[in-house]
Amino acid sequence: MSKVLMKGNEAVGAAAIKAGCRFFFGYPITPQNEIPEYMSRELPKVGGVFVQAESEIAAINMVYGAAGCGARVMTSSSSPGIALKQEGISYIAGAELPCLIVNMMRGGPGLGGIQPSQTDYFQATRGGGNGDYRLLVLAPANIQEMVDLIIEGFDLADEYRNPVMILGDGMIGQMMEPVEFKERKKRDLPEKDWITTGTKGKRKPNIINSLYLNPEELEDHNIWLQEKYKKMKEKEVRVESYNVEDSDVVISAYGTTARIARTAISKLEKEGYKVGLIRPISLFPYPFEEFNKIKDDCKGVLTVEMNTGQMLDDVRIALNGRIPSYFYGRTGGMVPTPEAIANKVREILGGEK
Amino acid sequence: MAIVFEKTKGLTDVQTHYCPGCTHGIIHRIVAEAMEELGVLEKAIGVAPVGCAVLAYNYFNCDMHEAAHGRAPAVATGIKRVLPDNFVFAYQGDGDLASIGTAEIVHAAHRGERISSIFVNNAIYGMTGGQMAPTTLVGQKATTAPYGRDEALCGKPIRMSEMLATIDGAKFVERVSVNSPANVRKAKKAILECFKIQIEGKGFGIVEVLSTCPTNWGYTPVEALRWLENNMIPYYPLGNFKRPEEGK
Ligand SMILES: Cc1ncc(C[n+]2csc(CCOP(=O)(O)OP(=O)(O)O)c2C)c(N)n1
Ligand code: SF4
Ligand SMILES: [Mg+2]
Repeated sequence: MSKVLMKGNEAVGAAAIKAGCRFFFGYPITPQNEIPEYMSRELPKVGGVFVQAESEIAAINMVYGAAGCGARVMTSSSSPGIALKQEGISYIAGAELPCLIVNMMRGGPGLGGIQPSQTDYFQATRGGGNGDYRLLVLAPANIQEMVDLIIEGFDLADEYRNPVMILGDGMIGQMMEPVEFKERKKRDLPEKDWITTGTKGKRKPNIINSLYLNPEELEDHNIWLQEKYKKMKEKEVRVESYNVEDSDVVISAYGTTARIARTAISKLEKEGYKVGLIRPISLFPYPFEEFNKIKDDCKGVLTVEMNTGQMLDDVRIALNGRIPSYFYGRTGGMVPTPEAIANKVREILGGEK
Repeated sequence: MAIVFEKTKGLTDVQTHYCPGCTHGIIHRIVAEAMEELGVLEKAIGVAPVGCAVLAYNYFNCDMHEAAHGRAPAVATGIKRVLPDNFVFAYQGDGDLASIGTAEIVHAAHRGERISSIFVNNAIYGMTGGQMAPTTLVGQKATTAPYGRDEALCGKPIRMSEMLATIDGAKFVERVSVNSPANVRKAKKAILECFKIQIEGKGFGIVEVLSTCPTNWGYTPVEALRWLENNMIPYYPLGNFKRPEEGK
């Protein structure tokens, strides 16, 4: 199939429809408005349903209802709206329902700004809402990868009966790139025998629920959830690496920040520096083991984010004190420049090549 | 032997956890009977609230969802949009529907969602131990209104049915009570009519049911029925606020 030039946010919608998503519940917020706009235009053409909810809280609870009926369903928002969705996300994780949630992050806290940021890393990877749960969090660095991850993300949601979050930033939503919608491999997905579609007099009622009043049962439920997350950690780690083994500095960055880091690395290579890159694609599960490939006498791992240091915590967990850890970040919607990243690397190496 | 009475198939055999004399149980029964009589049990999907009826998913003999506090109308919307031919109802208390979930109920009505809402108004937060609800009467004591509800500080209790009846998408709105056998019969009739609105695809319907909470009101079951009659009904008048015009 040929490539088409698409804006990131529209590609989100197109990928979802390609993946069989027929239900979208959302609420407007910049910089992701093109997603609900695209869905409101395109879903009716394929027999799908778009509802503009009265709030993000309502939207995610509609997702809960739709997912409990077995639908492929999605919602999207940006940071303040994703904050409001946390109640529903926690219920969805607790009731083990599959769905896809897109966050095109903008600057915070509070109303913050509308420019790109990566300040919701903690919220996305640590659960965000109440309770001990995790989302599968995928962070694309370009539009093609975003399309592929969305299409796969719906399958992953079904396979694990777990919400999947696509964590993008304002930049990836707004830019245009050529994309190709490949035919996806059919996966063997578990049958949804737990959904509510009416008993039709043929089976006992199905119940969608996250309440366990008996503490023993609730503990068992939590142990089961943790087993599921463990399986994700074993099977779903995604990472892209570049010259990790023998570099003097390794940069760690995800999403569009990783692209800027890559430009900085090319620049530094021309000057004779040896710099590598670890780009986590799955933020939960996090590619901790990739960091073990870094040589012991590496001078430092530089984490670059559009925040004041969130993924940095995971990098430090991965390094466990073995190699010095450095950070460079811009925030508030400011985007790091390749030159600023390169400078930080030169500083770490003290001019040594 | 001729069978003179059979429990409705709309309820499971699970024993409910409601306090003695609480009218949640009566309301469950007439909702379940209405579904059975209309033949929709096998395609029914119910949504339970957060409140004393949180475990309703164990009592109604049909597919059920348990929603977050106040969000039942949004959850019901998601269900109905996926399964437009199924029968979808939400069961909510007054804290759930008239406080934390006002946006969800107003907009479900506003969109004209083809769902049915059962709104159990007992003028109190039952489950959490008797705190003030938006529906608590002026002067009525609650654990967070120990001197009685003060109109100057808390406003007057909210009348949801009257408000919802002003919304175009709400096609059926009626307030009933279950404090006497005659009123229980009327309540069931209203619920049947409300459910038919959904079955006929006409839009959103709600039945507000005045209900007792002897435990948190601090009355015996009989006193509680009398208190409802003497205090709630005068402020919350019973009757139909809206139904589709003939032929529409
Ligand atoms: C987000 C959230 N806030 C508060 C609560 C605590 N809570 C549980 S039930 C309830 C009040 C229920 O009152 P009502 O809806 O009137 O139902 P009733 O118990 O009277 O039938 C509250 C505040 C909760 N579970 N979730
Ligand atoms: S606390 Fe009140 S509303 Fe709840 S079950 Fe007891 S009597 Fe009924
Ligand atoms: Mg109440």
